[in-house]
Amino acid sequence: MPDVPITDVTQPLISARGISKNFATIEVLRDVDLDLMPGEIHALVGENGAGKSTFAKILAGVHRPSRGTLVLNGVPVEIPDPIVAQRRGITLIHQEPISFPDLSVAENLVLGRTGGGPLDLVPWAQMTRDANRLMDLLGVKIDVTRPMRGLSIADQQMVEIARALASDSRLIIMDEPTAPLTPKEVATLFAIAKRLRDEGRTIVFITHRLEEVRVLCDRVTIFRDGNKIATENIADLSDVDIIRLMIGRPLKEYMHKMGAAIGEIALRVEHLTLPGYFADVSFEVRKGEIVGLGGLVGAGRSDVARALFGVAPAVSGSVVVNGKAVVINEPSQAIALGLSFVPEDRATAGIFRSLAVEQNITAAIPRQIAPGGVIRRALETALATDSVKKLRIRLASLRQPIGELSGGNQQKTILARWMLTNPSVLILDEPTRGIDIGVKAEFYEMIGELAAAGRAILLISSELPELLALCDRVLVMSEGRLTANLSRAEASQESIMHAAVPQSGEKAVAA
Amino acid sequence: MRRVYDFLLQRREAGIFVMIVLFCAVVGLMRPRFLTLDELRIILLLVPLIMIGAMAQMLVIVARHVDLSIGSMLGFSAIVSGMMYRYYPEVPWWTGFFVSVGIGSGLGLINGLLITVFRLPAIIVTLGTLSLYRGLTFIVSNARQIDRQYIPSELKALSQTSPIFGIPWIIFLAFGVALATYLFTMHTRVGRQIYALGSNPVAAPLRGIRVNSVTLMVFTISGALSGLAGILYASRWGFVNPSNTGTGFEFQVIAAVVIGGVSINGGVGTVLGTVLGVLLLGCVSAALPLLGVPGTTQNAIYGAVIIIALLIDRSVRQRGIAALAAQKARA
Repeated sequence: MPDVPITDVTQPLISARGISKNFATIEVLRDVDLDLMPGEIHALVGENGAGKSTFAKILAGVHRPSRGTLVLNGVPVEIPDPIVAQRRGITLIHQEPISFPDLSVAENLVLGRTGGGPLDLVPWAQMTRDANRLMDLLGVKIDVTRPMRGLSIADQQMVEIARALASDSRLIIMDEPTAPLTPKEVATLFAIAKRLRDEGRTIVFITHRLEEVRVLCDRVTIFRDGNKIATENIADLSDVDIIRLMIGRPLKEYMHKMGAAIGEIALRVEHLTLPGYFADVSFEVRKGEIVGLGGLVGAGRSDVARALFGVAPAVSGSVVVNGKAVVINEPSQAIALGLSFVPEDRATAGIFRSLAVEQNITAAIPRQIAPGGVIRRALETALATDSVKKLRIRLASLRQPIGELSGGNQQKTILARWMLTNPSVLILDEPTRGIDIGVKAEFYEMIGELAAAGRAILLISSELPELLALCDRVLVMSEGRLTANLSRAEASQESIMHAAVPQSGEKAVAA
Repeated sequence: MRRVYDFLLQRREAGIFVMIVLFCAVVGLMRPRFLTLDELRIILLLVPLIMIGAMAQMLVIVARHVDLSIGSMLGFSAIVSGMMYRYYPEVPWWTGFFVSVGIGSGLGLINGLLITVFRLPAIIVTLGTLSLYRGLTFIVSNARQIDRQYIPSELKALSQTSPIFGIPWIIFLAFGVALATYLFTMHTRVGRQIYALGSNPVAAPLRGIRVNSVTLMVFTISGALSGLAGILYASRWGFVNPSNTGTGFEFQVIAAVVIGGVSINGGVGTVLGTVLGVLLLGCVSAALPLLGVPGTTQNAIYGAVIIIALLIDRSVRQRGIAALAAQKARA
């Protein structure tokens, strides 16, 4: 049994007081006060990066707050790591549960919980009995002797919930649990969550889906830019109110690109589908046009980009590049067709960390710099020097490993790489994420110049001001489907968010 | 019948067992002498050292590491024990067990410390100590062999007979180590933690597993068992030679472990599978001279056996997954 006293239902189970969190110099959470009551399901909502997940991780001991205190049942507590959190009755269930795939379900349930010395015997029979009892309690049918590997995400979540019950957790935090689930699995999860609430436990439910907040939750807390904006009974707020509270930040002004002439269609996509990721996506991008692709994380935007570039090809639908119907099954074909792609995850998919800047710049044009298979160093250096000058990349030397540059300069290097391929279509996935403001402005300018030079640009961004400032048109995706195609005049924070947030009773429409 | 078939496809151990039976049947048809008790004795005498080394290596690989230095740890602990017998003939014959296992544990601990304290990759650390420990073996022994007359006869007798059907003690010892490893891995908390660590090293500390302690322990056990194999080498062959003793041991052992179905990606592997892997390797070694394959070809054949075993395993497992899916569909 955890060392949690019996809770008084009129007192908060846990109170956060002035919780702040900095990562390096960036403040991601600022002075958050929040009381979580026993027997409630409490929704945390907010845009990507608003701080809701960070707050949840602080409760669960994954992160430690930079400032502030947590009060559990009236007593100030430290929660330095997840094991202490679990002992104090707090369990965080990740969207994709962390498990040991080769161990059995029953072992996953007890691992890290049982006391005793290292050479104590493993009580297999009792472990299996206990695990079966927990599964019965949850009303799910999972063979507890089978390995975790191969269980569906929904079943893995059930195992995690069972683990929370095994340690009799009073606070169970679910971080976007429904994103990977089917509607039927969601219904099961909700039924279980309500039952746990009725037992007097506190459920914290992080989600993007407002209809779920409405069906399931008792209260809702809205985060924006690291601040807690409001905590209200769900009955007192409309969907529109919630969206307004989520986005209500002042619009920053950026210069729109100089009126570039918009030409013929450079990229046309029709009914592109990859089951499980996106369906029936159709749009076009013209020469000289910047088309934004907005939506929430997980809406399928990056998957569309990866499909277009042949990283994970779509299974159906057609793609027309510069008037020619094409099939792209791998990136080299995409490059040959004049497509280029700056991926979202710079560190793992963009840079060759230990290679020199100049090699990173010329990585996409092996034939040009190495006619006959032998690299012409002089040519490579000349091209790289030219790029560095043009894009104002700040570095010590061309021979420097790219890993030593700042994020913004790494990103410029990747852009330089693609410029050398002279692309006609440029797909940018969150190009300014993690880049400081000054470099960001330079980037916006460059993107504008590229469009003015007649290139077609598809810009994926989660930052609404960025989409509004740069784009001629904004497409919005939600849950794998295109839900809006907004002209520059129609696009606003409200219209984009309305299309991005899956809402009650509204059907997704293909634009 | 259907269920038996499904079971065979799903259990890795069953697959290796079938491979052993088929191999023996084919060789037996060509050379009937292969299926006699005498030949079984030869096979069983070939495997004890590999069996002990394979148990150690299994633990290391399950923890998602690898230990390449076991042959050199074997050689070093054997040579030091041998020198003790040469310089101090009056010590009791069993002293060598303590010396050899003790030295092996120390060498394994050094590997473990380098890996955990300095966060170096095990494959590089043990590649380094493979060479380092072998070099030390030459230095301390002055590159001189410990000859037969120095090895106590009681020690050598362990590999010759026992009161139980005349089966040499060394064979019981090897199976005893396997049994102990089984109990350790399947029935102790720390044993299961090795599997958890190998299965998901990122999650392990989040669930309270002391990653460094477990890693250190695994490498120390690897050293200790290599030391045990070292003194048993002296028992089995009656001499210790600084350049031959234990050379290539890591290769045979890793081969047996991999054939036995231990996953190089960690988290997966059973003692039964490893034992069967060792036996399959033993059968192949015993069959080669009977089939007139020259000793010089042996290494090539070993290598081929590993690759063939992996290929068979791969196709069998894919069919196993299909069978499992079919079973689900039927249910």
